[in-house]
Amino acid sequence: MSVLFKQDAFLIVFKFKFVKIIISGGIIMSADVELQNISVTFGSFYAAKNVNVKIKQGEFFSFLGPSGCGKTTLLRAISGFLDPSEGKVLIGGEDMAGIGPNKRPTSLIFQNLALFPLMSVADNIAFSLEVRGKSKNERRKRADELLELIALSGQGDKKVHELSGGQRQRVAIARALAIEPEVLLLDEPLSALDLKLRQKMRTELRAIQKRVGITFIYITHDQGEALTMSDRVAVMNEGELEQVGLCDDVYDYPNTPFVATFVGENNPFYAKVVSVDNNEVKVESQGNTFLATAGKINENQNHSFSPGDEVIMFIRPESIFIKNDNNKLDNFFSAKVNTIEFEGNLKNIYVKINSNIDVRFSVPNAVDTSELSSNKDVELTFSSKKAVVLPKGQLAVD
Amino acid sequence: MNSFFKKNGPLISTYFIIAIVFWLIFLIIIPQLYMLDLSFRPNLPPLLRGGPDDVHTLVHYKHFIFGSETSNDPYNYVDIGVFLNTIFTAIMVTIINLCFCYPIAFYMAKVAKPNSARLLIVALIIPFWINELLRSFALRILFAGEGVINNILLATGLIDTGINFIALDIALYTGLTYAYILLMIFPLYNAIESLDTNQLEAAKDLGSSTFRTHWRIVIPHAKAGIASGCTMVFMLTAGALATPVVLSSPNTYWFTQLIYQWFNMNDNWSRGSAYSILLLSVSVVFVLLMMRIFKVKIGEIVR
Repeated sequence: MSVLFKQDAFLIVFKFKFVKIIISGGIIMSADVELQNISVTFGSFYAAKNVNVKIKQGEFFSFLGPSGCGKTTLLRAISGFLDPSEGKVLIGGEDMAGIGPNKRPTSLIFQNLALFPLMSVADNIAFSLEVRGKSKNERRKRADELLELIALSGQGDKKVHELSGGQRQRVAIARALAIEPEVLLLDEPLSALDLKLRQKMRTELRAIQKRVGITFIYITHDQGEALTMSDRVAVMNEGELEQVGLCDDVYDYPNTPFVATFVGENNPFYAKVVSVDNNEVKVESQGNTFLATAGKINENQNHSFSPGDEVIMFIRPESIFIKNDNNKLDNFFSAKVNTIEFEGNLKNIYVKINSNIDVRFSVPNAVDTSELSSNKDVELTFSSKKAVVLPKGQLAVD
Repeated sequence: MNSFFKKNGPLISTYFIIAIVFWLIFLIIIPQLYMLDLSFRPNLPPLLRGGPDDVHTLVHYKHFIFGSETSNDPYNYVDIGVFLNTIFTAIMVTIINLCFCYPIAFYMAKVAKPNSARLLIVALIIPFWINELLRSFALRILFAGEGVINNILLATGLIDTGINFIALDIALYTGLTYAYILLMIFPLYNAIESLDTNQLEAAKDLGSSTFRTHWRIVIPHAKAGIASGCTMVFMLTAGALATPVVLSSPNTYWFTQLIYQWFNMNDNWSRGSAYSILLLSVSVVFVLLMMRIFKVKIGEIVR
């Protein structure tokens, strides 16, 4: 109860105090960030390879990818802790080469927050002012303002270890905002929190970004986090950008098999093209023939296929339905139920086609599945609009 | 106690307890108490010990302060001078050692890659396989009037006449600083190594200069290591014997040399004990002072 109350209080305080506090300096400063042909090599290993992306000012932008894909490398290149082997980082149109992390208009929130354990909360928040030679009074005043902003008024004299995980998170945000950065960089700051707190902090982070209006660049391997908070996401794999786009575009129109399987769940059907009619592709997979849509290469263009091409057709679990009188879409197949997995809001049903292709589909918990039991035959259906055909390529490893 | 026995089994537990009790009582407490008692007794020939003349007395401590009864000086300027000089030099050596070792320890802990850090540690340790006395003599050869350093400086034309490193006590400071360098580096290294590197980057990201990052983040974190290194170096330097004997200038006397003389040459064990107790007291005071300055507890120092 008290947690809920604090949360509400936080948001309310936020709404009213915000404008006065954060913009006390005058105009909101926000900058765009452009990565031009960034490559980072360690020996012969490419941690990042030819990355080109323009992040607009005031945007919430996420780099999404599995661990080791190079997203942290990019963040370090933007913050200045790492010099790219090739290419340029531009912040607000200015080349950042040779400018150290302490001189860039960026602020970084670390994965483990990196709050200073021997300093009080207020000293932590005002550290950036201390290094700029601001007076003690000025520092205290600013710290108090920010503490009020993060709903921790009067707790400035506490030590960091006396705060809870969520409170520390907010202190880290306040500390990063104290210097009024133009770009805030976040390196998986929520990964150490438990699920409930993480979901709460997502909302808070998004709210903060909306009000501060500065550019947020967020690094995560959690696609849920990226999709809920971001304006746009960049999906990365092995140092390269696989796709950059709006969240729903990336989810609905993946450009590569990797994106299709990394963002959300997907069923891959290895298939051969039978015929092509504009963007409608007919494919054949192990005796079944399906109608599907050609996937996109980029925002404006679709892949073009010709008969005989080896492809993968992707269909998401939530787009497959049990065939009945109400649900008859343009593709059908029959399968055998293997197992049913209960996930709370959803039930995941694993079926097999021809006893060798595993397919998973999910139904809301409210749907009655009592008729489905192991080894029972079931007729399934899905729409050709929801099935995406892409050239063969690497899938995200589960 | 019960759980200790349960955890380690009866054999190992008994061994530990006997070993620790023996160590504490026979090797530390009894000798120190015996010395403390001896320092308050007159220096008597063996036959008179335990006799009516063997009473507690402050004569040796009085001698340290006022000198012998035959001297005309109101105070024992020589011994007090040596005592203060020893402590002053030991404090200076400790400070030099700290200034010298902090960057090395920081480099090993946070800057160097693991492999080169390991190499550095080995490079630091290997010279200490050589006996302390030999190392001191080696330094004496380097610093001698016609030694290696003077010859190089003269040959390169940097100086016109040789420098008397020994008389200037440069050799002594160098030798003492080098003698206990490991005891400063390792506590510092351990302390700095346990600092989360992200803290350094966070400070830098927030605009902090290198100096301020050290002052506000690294040194406060490493203060237990600093206190530990300083107390060890101070105590060992103040108690050093071989290095000062070999490297000090003819007119610099080390307090341990006095103690040595009373014990071995003058056969006055009581006075030697009294002087030892004085040195011990200063060391204890120094530890307490370090604990106060760095606001650390005794448990943190020995960590």
